[in-house]
This record gives sequence, structure tokens and C-alpha cells, in this order.
Amino acid sequence: MEIERLADVFVEVADTLVADFDLIEFLHLVARHAADISGGAAAGLVLSDHVGNLHHVGASSEDARTLELYQVQNAEGPCLDAFRYRRPVVVLDLAEEVERWPMFAPHAIAAGMSSVFAFPMRLRDRVIGALNVFQTERQEIREAEVRLLQALADVATISLIQERAVSRAEVLTEQLQVALNSRIVIEQAKGAVARTFSVSVDEAFEMLRGHARTSRRRLTDVAHEVVTSPSGPALLRPG
Amino acid sequence: MSQPGPYPGRPPHDLARRLVAAAVADDLAAGGSLLHQLCHAAVRSLSVSGCVVHVVTGDGESGVAATSDERSNRVADLSFTTGDGPTLDAFTLRRPVLVSDLESERSRWPGFTESAVHREGIRAVFCFPLQVGGVNLGVLDLYSDRARTLDDAETALALAFTHLAALTILGDNQIGVDGRWEPLLDHRAEIHQAQGMVMVDLTVDLGEALVRMRAHAFSEGLPLIEVARAIIAGFVLPAATAGETPS
Repeated sequence: MEIERLADVFVEVADTLVADFDLIEFLHLVARHAADISGGAAAGLVLSDHVGNLHHVGASSEDARTLELYQVQNAEGPCLDAFRYRRPVVVLDLAEEVERWPMFAPHAIAAGMSSVFAFPMRLRDRVIGALNVFQTERQEIREAEVRLLQALADVATISLIQERAVSRAEVLTEQLQVALNSRIVIEQAKGAVARTFSVSVDEAFEMLRGHARTSRRRLTDVAHEVVTSPSGPALLRPG
Repeated sequence: MSQPGPYPGRPPHDLARRLVAAAVADDLAAGGSLLHQLCHAAVRSLSVSGCVVHVVTGDGESGVAATSDERSNRVADLSFTTGDGPTLDAFTLRRPVLVSDLESERSRWPGFTESAVHREGIRAVFCFPLQVGGVNLGVLDLYSDRARTLDDAETALALAFTHLAALTILGDNQIGVDGRWEPLLDHRAEIHQAQGMVMVDLTVDLGEALVRMRAHAFSEGLPLIEVARAIIAGFVLPAATAGETPS
């Protein structure tokens, strides 16, 4: 990746972080850049709840088949390993890891993936989630790319701690709950929009994002209004 | 992310449910409602001084649905009389508000803090919104006489009690009575997507949509996730499911 593009990525990330940003939209952006940087087919971020379950919170592609690849990793997979063992996981050929991940590997291969990387989201002495990158063609990953992706995972981690009072241990718990609940609201809104306009949940997500962008509102706020206001999903009706 | 806490190795939702069941069996709240028993179970297992469940209805009316004791009831009232406080913040900001030492955050809620600390002797307050995505039903408060934090295991247990309280308010009275609950940790995206679809299909609010899905899953003997997948595939819940609350 060229240095100019890399600079652009970090400028965009920093710009987004400055304003009153939407956490989920931001994590989405990080995932998209992670996919771009590595030439990957898909990238996603998972966060752990207090029980250690991993929840997908943002992804470069939200199609159901890809999302399933994050979900299945509650049982096994590179994200769970990166989370548990607190270090990056680099697998160039998934076909060689069927024994290691008897459920995840065939699942990912069936979805057309060949390589997979996972980077822990580290905060001081703990790991709160992982950044996951998939590639459809087996290719080497350079040391520089590994470091870059780990840096993006770290940026995503920092974005969770918006308050200045980082020293307050409770902030992390509060923010994680906000992130996890925001994601639930977005899923609920996807369902409501999909049914109202007879579109797929993936299309519904794009409609929600489009509306948030054009109305300059935060994605989570739009989703919340869609599922709680009397006008509901009709909010997104064009015109 | 959990570290060993008071009850290592037990999934917190399962533990919370058993603790409520034990409270019901021992009648800790002396004939009180399920929510009262839940408050007592929370106080006992988390070693806090008090627990309150605030409920806010769709039209914005709020009230105390259950408390563990009289002092907690008075502290709960403070939010409404003083017009500030962590409980109100937790509800309006839709996020937990965890205050390990009220004294050190006096400026955040001057009115509430003055009375809670000096009149009632409360030092730490932990407020958890009763929410499932866009469903926002109220707040569960935990009060402590001394400045303290909740460790990871205690936080997980408090969140589990919060979730149980939310489901109880949504009309699920089966807590602790038997092993009838769906695994509560099932937060797969499909379940939430289906909930949004049912909201539109049946023209009900989001909370009611979840109740209908759970009632249907129960009456058909299906896991909730299967019902959710059927809904996403186009299945519309029969409107009649409304009357079929599990008994």
C-alpha cells in the first residue's frame, strides 16, 4: 500500500474520531480500511461481552454469509484465538487448518475464503475483541501489513474510550454495553426496514446508512428512531 | 474477559436465574412480586445495600416497580424530586452509569448526590438500563453504603439480573419457576432482525414483538433462533399468538 493512501486512511479515521462520531459507523469504517489495506475480501470487528461471547459490531461487508463467519467464531476460529491468546493469528491457507478449526475452517472455505488474519483489540492489560480479515486468494502477508492492521485494531479500541476519564475503570464497561446495544438496535432496524420496503436485510442496512449520511445523523440514532418512533421505518421513505 | 468472581465457572444468566429461583423459594421479599424477589437476590449475591427496578412506560410515566428495602425506595425517589441523578442519565443516555464513589463526582449530579450521600448514606451507585436494543423499559439500580467497584464477574451478574428484570417487565413471569427460559445469551443478529420484522408485521411495539416471538417459540416447542430464521424467510407470526402466553 502506498504511503499517500495510508496517510489518507489515518486522516479519515482521525477526522471521524474528532466529531460527535457514531461508534458503529466508525467501526465499520475501520473494517473497510482493514479490508482495503490488506487487499482482503472482507474484514470485521468483534467485541466481547462480559461473559466472553464475541459479538460482531462492524464489518466491511454485511451480507449474511460473511456475518455468519464472525458469529460462528464464538465456538472456534481465529478471532477467538486472537482474543484468548492475545496475539495476532495469521493463517495463509485455511485448508490446512481444518483440524484446528473443524467447524470454522470448512465454513470459511465454503464462503470462498482462503486466508484469514485476526488481530486482538488490546486495551492495557486486557483484550476486548478482535479485528478479522479474510482473503479469497492465498497470498503472503508482509510484516508491514501485519503491523498496520494491528494499528487499525488499536485505533478501533481507542475509539471505544471516548471519555477523558480513561482512568475510570467503569468507562470500558459502559462503552462496551453501548456498542453492543447499538448493534442490536441496528439489527432490529434492519429487520423493520426490510419488512416495510420488501428488501433484504443487507439492502435495509444500506438504506439506513444512506439515510444517516444524507440527513447527517448518526446511524445509531436513525436506527433507534426507526424502531421506536410512531412513524417508524416510514422515515426512510424517499421524498 | 471475565475473571473468576464470586461464583467462578457459572454462566451469569444461569446463575442469576437460579438466584432468583432461590429468592422465590425462600420468599426473601415476603410475598413480594417476582421483581421484588429479584431485587433481594441481587442484593444478597452482589453484596450491595439495595436494589431498585424503575419502570418507564411508553408515554414517559416512570415509577418504582420494585425495591429491596425502604431506604432504596427513598433513594430511588430522589432522582425524580431532584431532577438529576445517575438513574435518569442511564435511561436517557441508554447506557450504564457506574459510579464507584459518589463523593468524587459530586458536580455531576449535585442535587441527587447531596441527598443520597448525606441523608441516606449511599456512596456507590450502579445504574443499568433495562434495554434490548431499541426496547428501553427502565433502569435497574444497585446502591452501596461504601465506595466500591463491581469486578468483571459482578458486572456480568448485574447485567444478567438486568436482563431478567427486562424480560419480566415484558411479561415473562417464568423466571426461576422452572427451566423454561430460552438461553438468554442468544444475541444472534437474526433474532434482533426478526424482532424488527414482527414489529412491522403485527403493528406492535418492539418489546411486544419480542414477547410474541418468545410466546410462539414456546407454544411450538421451537428454539427462538429457528423462529427468527423462519420470520426472516418470510413467515408471519399469527396475530393470535397474543393470547397464548405460556402458563
